[in-house]
Amino acid sequence: MSNVPVNNGRRRFLTAATSVVGGAGVVGLAVPFIGSWNPSARAKAAGAPVEVNVSKIEPGQLIRAEWRGKPVYVVRRTEDTLNSLAKHDDQLRDPKSEEAQQPEYATNEYRSIKPEFLVALGVCTHLGCAPTHHKGDFEQHVSGIKDGFFCPCHGSKFDMAGRVFQGVPAPLNLVVPDHSFPTDGTLLIGVAPGEA
Amino acid sequence: MNSFMAWIEQRLPFMDSMNKHAMQYPAPKNFNFWYVFGVLASVILVNQIVTGIWLTMNYEPSGEGAFASVEYIMRDVDYGWLLRYMHSTGASAFFIVIYLHMFRGVIYGSYQKPRELLWIFGMLIYLVLMAEAFMGYLLPWGNMSYWGAQVIISLFGAIPVIGEELTIWIKGDYVISGATLNRFFALHVVALPLVLVVLVFLHILALHEVGSNNPDGNDIKKPKGSVPLEEQSKFEFHEQYTKKYDIVDAIPFHPYYTVKDLVAIVIFLILFSWVMFFAPEGGGYFLEGPNFTPANGLKTPEHIAPVWYFGPFYTVLRVIPDKLIGMIGMFAAIGMLFALPWFDRGIVRSFRYRSKLHLFNLAQFAICFIALGVLGTMAASELANLAGRIATFGYFGFFVALWIYSKDEKTKPVPERVTG
Repeated sequence: MSNVPVNNGRRRFLTAATSVVGGAGVVGLAVPFIGSWNPSARAKAAGAPVEVNVSKIEPGQLIRAEWRGKPVYVVRRTEDTLNSLAKHDDQLRDPKSEEAQQPEYATNEYRSIKPEFLVALGVCTHLGCAPTHHKGDFEQHVSGIKDGFFCPCHGSKFDMAGRVFQGVPAPLNLVVPDHSFPTDGTLLIGVAPGEA
Repeated sequence: MNSFMAWIEQRLPFMDSMNKHAMQYPAPKNFNFWYVFGVLASVILVNQIVTGIWLTMNYEPSGEGAFASVEYIMRDVDYGWLLRYMHSTGASAFFIVIYLHMFRGVIYGSYQKPRELLWIFGMLIYLVLMAEAFMGYLLPWGNMSYWGAQVIISLFGAIPVIGEELTIWIKGDYVISGATLNRFFALHVVALPLVLVVLVFLHILALHEVGSNNPDGNDIKKPKGSVPLEEQSKFEFHEQYTKKYDIVDAIPFHPYYTVKDLVAIVIFLILFSWVMFFAPEGGGYFLEGPNFTPANGLKTPEHIAPVWYFGPFYTVLRVIPDKLIGMIGMFAAIGMLFALPWFDRGIVRSFRYRSKLHLFNLAQFAICFIALGVLGTMAASELANLAGRIATFGYFGFFVALWIYSKDEKTKPVPERVTG
């Protein structure tokens, strides 16, 4: 080979130039392949807001709505429940809702717009299972507290404001989605107050 | 016929390759039963590919049709139930033989120099197999399929900053949906099997380059010219091996080990058939109860348990009371295995000639791994969490302890020749 007339400088330049152009081509080609994994237009459209009639919910009752394929828990909390919420702050991870798990307008002691209505995603912040609502028999999980949510997957516990208890795998409070009450008896999930 | 073979041989090294990898491949003569699981894994791989192809002929990969099409296969397609049970039983059998195959490598030090790359290819196969099994488990679109996928995909949400976006990208929707099912189907039936087959090819190629280890952990390839002719193996081996080494205590892979493996295959198929025909659900561990109801995004099964073969890593995940660290712990548990050749700083391979401490460490590792697996299929409780934490400690402790004591380990002399 040593006798073969080779222009090494030119060879190196051509190798580098080809590699750069080829590399750019690979990156460009990757865009459609990676992009096609994003939610399609149809999936995005299915994420439209959902309307729920809340006027018929009994005090203490939970109803499930479906929004973007996820369960949304709507609970009409009783006066008793609301009064008890402030009493176990010392057992919670984030009693003051400092983590942004709820919109600005629901960052208050009840984590809601109207105190009596809790609107939260029924999706455990640990690994996405649906916590079960325990009404009156939550004491088996946390003594002294009558109502709450218990996740059957890994035992995470939440109170009736969707706030997570300490010492469980879930790191955060349940998510309160954007929602609003266009009229007294209807709840619109997915739209913030004053929007739309 | 001979002239036809000669014609082929001039154009493709067919007989030469057969000789090199089978008829004239020198395998240590002292293989015991631990050495059949690699072949069994290949048998299952073929079973999975063939039955898988047949299942796709009637399966419908869509959120609306998947569950019903599996029922259709089970009830209406001739022998559909058999093909599906061959595939589902094969999945669990695959992991059983792979775990035994890996454990063989661990106790006899088959991962040590010069077999590190061979071990890594094996680990990559294991990793791809887990991805393959995970994606395959979503396809029947039962409620456990759905929630199992939900739990595992949510793991990626723990990654800071990009986590949430990443889970949506993986799912192709805001929830697990038909879009997720379809992409998992594509990966399960096309992409991952291709990768798997290539990796298996590389695994065997690397094995034949460095040669098989044996229960004594010594070498059957001696430096060229160091062994008198009458002490060398009497069989004819491919010149690829004999030109560099004098070979002792070896027999050709074919027919000696092909026949031995055939016995193992027959015994394996008897056990396999028994499960397939009489207990295809494997007591709820191979096919889980909640998977006989369709996927329902609004209703989580009472108790989400992974299929048994993911149990060990799932336990590591859930006994750590922090989402991100739990995920890191789970992946680290797999990563440790990849790095095993470098955790072990010893030069004696087989546990037969290593210290009592090593034997104890191997035993506690096996016990912890099994305990993690059992706990992974059980419901969460205080006691299970405590046990899981102890077992997790033992699992990681195995590697750390190995790294510490293997440097100056008190070992027994390794015999020059295999001990039969």
